[in-house]
Formats: sequence, structure tokens, C-alpha cells
Amino acid sequence: MHDHDHHDHHHDNRYTDMQARVRALETVLTQKGLIDPAAIDAIVETYETKIGPRNGAHVVAKSWVEPEFSEWLQTDATAAIASLGYTGRQGEHMRAVFNTPETHNLVVCTLCSCYPWAVLGLPPVWYKAPAYRSRAVIDPRAVLAEFGLVLPETRKIRVWDSTAELRYLVIPQRPEGTEGMDAPELAQLVSRDAMIGTALAGRPA
Amino acid sequence: MTVHLHEQGVFTWSEWAANLSREVHRPGREVDGSDYFDCWVAALCALLVEKGVADPETIDSLQHSWQRAAEATPHGKPIELANDPLR
Repeated sequence: MHDHDHHDHHHDNRYTDMQARVRALETVLTQKGLIDPAAIDAIVETYETKIGPRNGAHVVAKSWVEPEFSEWLQTDATAAIASLGYTGRQGEHMRAVFNTPETHNLVVCTLCSCYPWAVLGLPPVWYKAPAYRSRAVIDPRAVLAEFGLVLPETRKIRVWDSTAELRYLVIPQRPEGTEGMDAPELAQLVSRDAMIGTALAGRPA
Repeated sequence: MTVHLHEQGVFTWSEWAANLSREVHRPGREVDGSDYFDCWVAALCALLVEKGVADPETIDSLQHSWQRAAEATPHGKPIELANDPLR
């Protein structure tokens, strides 16, 4: 390790073609007044810390406690989610897919990494990884097992492929033993992965 | 950067998706997708050229300028474009 660090010292101030190209784009766009580097940082900061997956968890918890909201989510997820103030920056439509005892839902984007940013924040690195993007479709059961989620053989798995226009939000099943809990408490049980479909909602402690 | 440009109305999200898709599926790309970021940058460059925001020569020349600036900048100092000895 030490040797390695030592060797690299005189290479520190060198940009690869790609790093330099990104700097070049930033320069052109800043000169044209199209970007403000501070604005870019603000966007990343918002998605990392303010949005995260909490908006999505709010949607899920509300659908668990309010049957009318759940129905609205089934028929017009874009409007139901927008009613809570969560709208996509890219004007994409949303569809909510509900897990049932018979069917488990899993979301992927095989083309690139389309993701419901407005409700889930920034996508996890594995969501963008080529291995996940191809294998989630070919062998979803094995992929889920790698996430530690082993489903009964009888449970069907439906895989939803996101596009630029349509993004999916998985509504996990409400865990048992949560009858007395209110929406904010329930939201704590809903992880990002549960809303992508690589996990289930957590059980109450 | 891409999200921000889209918000400024420089291009639509479908235009972006089409450009990215074209780069990702271009012959010669890595099968395992390890060059996904290269694809992203190439797609953004192509779209900005198509939209008349930037021209390829300017991007290339700024890229080389940034590389010269990086090498001319003493270790530990921020790399600035003005450090390019040829500018």
C-alpha cells in the first residue's frame, strides 16, 4: 500500500482524457451561462440528503393506512404521488406496482439507469451496474437471493423495465404486527431497496 | 450537469435518452458496460454539438488545455485552466 501511494505521487496532477473532457464541458457551459457549478452541487446535495428514499416511504406508508390513497395510487400513481408534492424533474410518469402474497415486483432499467428520483433520491450504484441490469431480467430469483431475499418458489416475480417516460415504485406488503402503527412509524420500515423490490418491508422492532 | 441542463431547457429528456442509448449501443463498446461513464460523456458532448451549444473543436481544445494545466500545476494546488502554459 505504502509503496503504491509513493509511486503515484508525481502522477497526481494529471487528468485522464475523460476527466479533462468533463472539465472542458463544464468550462464551455459555464462560459455560456448554462451552468453554475454551485447549482450542480446543490442538485446533488438535494438528492443525497433531502430526498433520499424518504418521499417514497411516505407514499408507501400512506397507501398502507389509507385505502382511498392506495386505490388512487393503483389507478393514477403520477397524480397520487404529485398530490404529496413529489414530482419528477424529467416529467416522467409513475406507476405503482403492488406486491401481493402471489406476486413480487422488481424494478430495473435495462437500457440505462432510469430511476424514480423524485421519490427515491439518487440510485444505488448496483442499480446502474450492467450485471444487475441484465441479470434482473434473465434470472430475477437468483439476483434476489444475492440480495438475501429468498422468496417461496410459488411466488411469481414480475420484472418491470423502466424507461425515460415511465418509472416504477414497488409498494411492498405491509408487515405483520404493525396494526397499531401510524404512517410516520410505518414509513420507518420502508427501505429504498423494498421500493425497488430487492428487499421486503422491515418488521417492527 | 445533465439534469441541470435539461432543467434549463437545453434539451428534452427523450432527446437525452436517445443520445445515451446510441452511445451505449455503439459497436466497440465494452460488453460489460464498464465504459458507461464514457458513453455518458460522449452522449452529452454529441447532444450539445447537435444543439449548437458547443462545437467539437472547442471541447477538444479545452480538454487538452485542462490536461496541460493539470500537469503544470504544482502538487497540492488547485488545478485551474489559467495554469495551462499555452493559454
